[in-house]
Amino acid sequence: MNAAHHAMTKPAMGARTVWSLFFHRLGAHRLAVGSAVFLAVLGVLAFATPAIEAVLGVDANLVDLSRRFQGPSRAHLLGTDELGRDLLVRLLYGGQVSLFVGIVAALASAVTGTVVGLLAGYYGGRLDAFLMRLTDGVIALPLLPLLIVLAALDLTKLGLPESVVQDPNISLYRIIVIISLVGWTTVARLVRAAALSVREMDYVLAATAAGAGGLRIMAVHILPNVISPIIVASTLSVGNVILLESVLSFLGLGIQPPIASWGNMLTGAQELIWSSPELAFYPGMLIFVTVIAFNFLGDGLQDAMDPRAIEG
Amino acid sequence: MTRYVMGRLVESVIVLVIMSFVIYALIGLMPGDPIDLMIKSDPRLTPADAARLRAVYGLDKPLAERYLHWAMAALSGDFGHSRLYVQPVLDVMPGFLLNTFNLMGLTFVISIVIAVPVGVYAALRQHSAGDYAINLACFAGISVPIFWLALMLIIVFAVLIPVLPASGVSSVGGGGFLDRARHLVLPVVTLTIFSIGSYTRFMRASTIEVMRQDYIRTAFAKGASRNRVVVRHALRNALLPVVTIIALSFGTLFSGALITETMFAYPGMGKLIYDSIMGNDFNMALVALLFATLVTLLANLAADLAYAWLDPRISYSGGGGTPR
Repeated sequence: MNAAHHAMTKPAMGARTVWSLFFHRLGAHRLAVGSAVFLAVLGVLAFATPAIEAVLGVDANLVDLSRRFQGPSRAHLLGTDELGRDLLVRLLYGGQVSLFVGIVAALASAVTGTVVGLLAGYYGGRLDAFLMRLTDGVIALPLLPLLIVLAALDLTKLGLPESVVQDPNISLYRIIVIISLVGWTTVARLVRAAALSVREMDYVLAATAAGAGGLRIMAVHILPNVISPIIVASTLSVGNVILLESVLSFLGLGIQPPIASWGNMLTGAQELIWSSPELAFYPGMLIFVTVIAFNFLGDGLQDAMDPRAIEG
Repeated sequence: MTRYVMGRLVESVIVLVIMSFVIYALIGLMPGDPIDLMIKSDPRLTPADAARLRAVYGLDKPLAERYLHWAMAALSGDFGHSRLYVQPVLDVMPGFLLNTFNLMGLTFVISIVIAVPVGVYAALRQHSAGDYAINLACFAGISVPIFWLALMLIIVFAVLIPVLPASGVSSVGGGGFLDRARHLVLPVVTLTIFSIGSYTRFMRASTIEVMRQDYIRTAFAKGASRNRVVVRHALRNALLPVVTIIALSFGTLFSGALITETMFAYPGMGKLIYDSIMGNDFNMALVALLFATLVTLLANLAADLAYAWLDPRISYSGGGGTPR
């Protein structure tokens, strides 16, 4: 069926705007809605962790060796880890880190990819050929081994000042930078393909005739047409970034303790699977649920934004 | 077609050369350098000795010069010695390669054998409960952190119900075929769960696309049975893009293999790369990384060529461009 038919099934609502159609379709994707709610709750909890710490009267980084491996109790709702720290607030801090890294790296990748794709698609020719070979080259690389190398680099040898290298949050920034370095290719291709087709449209010709420059055409006429695939790709890539961050942190190359991340909470867990398997269970389960939520949300957004999907 | 093949070949070689330089430069930025390691193992070395050693190994030269020197030696077949394995790096690799080949090959075959029929089934019963369940399973497979999946499988099948070995390629003192096969079960299951979700989704999407085509309607109109239409007409055409995408995702499968091998202490190329980076074995890391890049590039090249060869509608007179 088509949009007209769809609208006609509910004549009382009259003509529908693009946005009401979008929300209607997104609402029909129950998994995506559930995922959005879950992510919102997780986000609020994760960023309210200092308050939760205060309410519960625990400290995520307080090492207390006399309270190791405790089961759930009133003082520690999920028990304590191998250093006697409260598991629940560490999980929440880990969520803060994973969400922050995932969203920031996905945004940075989206911006880079959009710029590369717009330049390649709009200007074409040699610039296009060069940028697309570069994109193909990055896509063709075995990602994880390279990320491991990048994560293991000695920053002082890169000429960064000591104050930057010693920053307690450096592992956070480093992981965002290296993932953004390789994560922009999907968006670059999507934007290029869209820019190629839009650039031939009559209204772009009209804008050119009216004297609009390349920058204005790209920003005003092409970008709005490619925004929905960018949003879909970026949502899906948040999940991928979280997976990459967690595996690098797990291997000891990502987020460094004492900052908690779901990945580095699992680093020691392999030795503990006999004594307390739940320490290995919770962080991984949270990574899994969060990543699947971003994937469902991306899938739902894709269906809701794809004009061809109306027939479904 | 020949021009296209040549163009893609030249392109791959250029990417490989650039990557060899990038990886060489990156390895030089790793913490610690070979001379520091020598000083650590022999405290009698003076700073003057260290400087002389740097000169002997050419470490005082600029990066480009060192790279050219390395590249010349590499072209004549000398890739240097491995620090961890105390052997020429090329002698270290074959055993690891074979193990990775077994792991990835088995995973690949099992994934395809399951993903193709399941993907077609889901496509033919779009929006059914079965399709919905398959879709959920695929998302789960795509979203699960593979190192944690490995950990959970170890907990369940090696700790709680100790039926399978959790690490290595064989029991201590070797073992027969059956023993080696038992050691492969958990790594292959892990890597299969990691890869099968995206394969199935590709297959489903591709089949849905093909089933909308006019020639499918024509085949039905001519009275062909549903099975015949699906197997003879739809499947072939649906497989084409899937083959390409799967070959293009070789790098992803290799990344998954790296984690799987590390988790199960399975001596393959991924673990070799990880261990050599962690153990400051720079010669080994460099060659193993380059080899992984080479194989990934070859897989991509094969995907492009297979696509060009299998799809008669595409002609490549221009050369150089990728059919995407």
